Amino acid sequence: MPSAHLRVALVGNPNTGKSTLFNALSGLRQHVGNYPGVTVEMKKGRFSFHGIDFTLIDLPGTYSLAPRSPDEMVAVDLLLGRRAEEAAPDLILAVIDASNVDRHLYLTTQLMELGLPMVVAVTMTDTAAAQGIVLDCEKLAAALGVPVVPVQASRGVGMDALRSALCHGGKVPTPPPFPDAVAGELDALAAACPLVPRFLVQRLLFDVGGHIETWLTQTQAPTLPAQLAAARQRLAAAGCAVSGVEARTRYGWIRTATAGAVTKPTTRLTTRTDRIDRVLTHKVWGTLAFLAVMFLVFQSIFVWAKPFMDAIDAGRGWVGDLLTAHTAAGPLRSLLVDGVLKGVGGVLVFLPQILILFAFIAVLEDCGYMARAAFLMDKVMSRCGLNGKSFIPLLSSVACAVPAILSTRVIENRRDRLATIMVAPLMSCSARLPVYALFIGSFLRDGYPWWLSGLTLFGMYLIGFLVAPLVALLLKRTLLRGETPLFVMELPAYKMPTLKTVLFRVYDAGSAFVRRAGSIILASMVVIWASLYFPYVDASGASYPDRIEALEADDAPEGSAAEAARLQGEWKRNSYLGRVGRGLEPAVAPLGWDWKIGVAALASFPAREVMVGTFGILYDVGEVDAKEVGNADDPKAAGLKATLQKEWADDPIRGKYGVSVALSVMVFFALCCQCASTLAVIRRETRSWAWPAFTFTYMTLLAYLGGFVTFQLGRVLTDALGG
Amino acid sequence: MATLNELRPGESARVVSLTGTPSLVQRLAELGLFEGETLTVVALAPLGDPIEVHLGNTRLTLRRQEAATVTVEPI
Repeated sequence: MPSAHLRVALVGNPNTGKSTLFNALSGLRQHVGNYPGVTVEMKKGRFSFHGIDFTLIDLPGTYSLAPRSPDEMVAVDLLLGRRAEEAAPDLILAVIDASNVDRHLYLTTQLMELGLPMVVAVTMTDTAAAQGIVLDCEKLAAALGVPVVPVQASRGVGMDALRSALCHGGKVPTPPPFPDAVAGELDALAAACPLVPRFLVQRLLFDVGGHIETWLTQTQAPTLPAQLAAARQRLAAAGCAVSGVEARTRYGWIRTATAGAVTKPTTRLTTRTDRIDRVLTHKVWGTLAFLAVMFLVFQSIFVWAKPFMDAIDAGRGWVGDLLTAHTAAGPLRSLLVDGVLKGVGGVLVFLPQILILFAFIAVLEDCGYMARAAFLMDKVMSRCGLNGKSFIPLLSSVACAVPAILSTRVIENRRDRLATIMVAPLMSCSARLPVYALFIGSFLRDGYPWWLSGLTLFGMYLIGFLVAPLVALLLKRTLLRGETPLFVMELPAYKMPTLKTVLFRVYDAGSAFVRRAGSIILASMVVIWASLYFPYVDASGASYPDRIEALEADDAPEGSAAEAARLQGEWKRNSYLGRVGRGLEPAVAPLGWDWKIGVAALASFPAREVMVGTFGILYDVGEVDAKEVGNADDPKAAGLKATLQKEWADDPIRGKYGVSVALSVMVFFALCCQCASTLAVIRRETRSWAWPAFTFTYMTLLAYLGGFVTFQLGRVLTDALGG
Repeated sequence: MATLNELRPGESARVVSLTGTPSLVQRLAELGLFEGETLTVVALAPLGDPIEVHLGNTRLTLRRQEAATVTVEPI
């Protein structure tokens, strides 16, 4: 008699159509579950059938239950009911691919060891049929000893049969028997590790250097390592070396079991995937196709996202005007408009890029191209200690590091993933562009050859392209040193991506960003607002905002706009942040900076896009719209450039070495991690404050060093050339 | 006797032994590459590394360095 509530664990190889099946079973009733201490997320879904409520837990796709890391251990612990926050499943739903039954059953035979009832769902029956592979599910069910149900989840075929099989609770299978020698050693080891489930004892014996071995040899009797080594040695002597006995036993059993159930053509037919791969993994055509795909991804996050980002900005401006019109001037209004609203806008403005990038990634992964991209790029990326899967995140980072860091989830190896996350913010993102435009426009255009401004801009991007791989290499040799991770990877069969899977991926990415990184971004925006707002009274006790408001009134006399801009500048200079910035002048002097550049750089730490605006305020021009910097017709942008040129010309250092100072500022911005959102996302993705702190520290030091070297070199060169 | 990295695209071979690290041997077995299996090298990546291998209905990619630990008998 089945209970009225059943917990089902969904397990299968990657690329089996597992997600499609999960979405088909649970529909919209799903959410993402987190597990403390690890970066693994598992989806949970709910559905009811014939009066039984099901909870479906979607375990990450895996080829085996041999855990190599704490992350992989989560799935095993969950199946064994060893996670405090999750009761053991009542039932396992194993997913296998009809076109590759033998290999998929390898994982199934490991699941059989758990002693839980099981139902097997067979996907891709249509693909298999196209290749002449016929599967007799009844015979397979008899051979495996569990119900076997063919499904085509994307079309809803077989779903009721599957639900009904789950309602009946499945059957507990008998796992393939191991040779007596192995069984004997397992018994002895089990006796030495009381309270450890038999399944984990088996993994202890088979997984040489695996996670279970590391864990149990630390927590069990000190004699265990010697006992384990002796057991493995005896097995090797008996012709059952642990390196091969598991594969031989399982595949041997599988071949016997499936012999009558699977009919394959004697010669393998050339499949559609083979034909596509002849082009897409071809040296020339494959590379061209790859470049075309990357261009499309890049173009889309750079260009397609822009109208949406502008709309979010415009919406923010509109709400800001509305708030300004309906609230009294003062700290509260300013907090709402310049703190909270800017913060919320600052969170939402990332969404278009995140959603578009994730739509691409979901499509590329779902159709099977992602693995080919990694195949094509692996050699290049391996030179800097990474692997082919790091390429797309790093490329996306040229648009914005936030979606790029979220997309590093495609990299399974933890160290490679961390290295990619750490260096992604070094790529010159689109928010740095206004800073480059301001300084190139002000100091490297008039009186210089026409190509110099383009070359300088290219140079700024080149800094990221060169420094990121070098830092990655350095990290992989030091902090993230370790055994070279395996690259071995399956190139899955191509298939049409399903809309549902793509939409769920995009939704998950967007909502995860807003919920987890949003609060940190918002908080940092409010903090920076406060440090630029307070104190808001001048030496005589008059309030700056009130005085500025009076000057901005419609009936104010001529010239009061300039006076308002001057007051605004004075206010910010006297704010807490302004005071700190002025105190820091000796620290930024070696970079050729004055305190104004220092304050602007300091104020840009939460979000570098405020640099240009802050600069405008500090130079008494009023707030300059970063988007208008390149626009010669924008009065404020032109005014800022003119003011910058004039003020610098009057200064002994910046007058003589203007170009070196401009380059020093640009190099600093190219290398510095002035983005609270990036740090918030790193915190979210690594589940630790240590990694964002590290990224911030190393990038700030690197930026300071870069700015210093640039200015000092420039100064020496200027002196040498100019005499 | 040869190793997998020495095969050229289009050549097939039978797997004789695996001499890589335990985790590499295990991962290859999980993907169906173990002693006695037959495989075909189909392609090399643009820079000659990694390589693409067909094994029954599984398409695998592995680096040359990893392939060098797979002893094969060309057929």
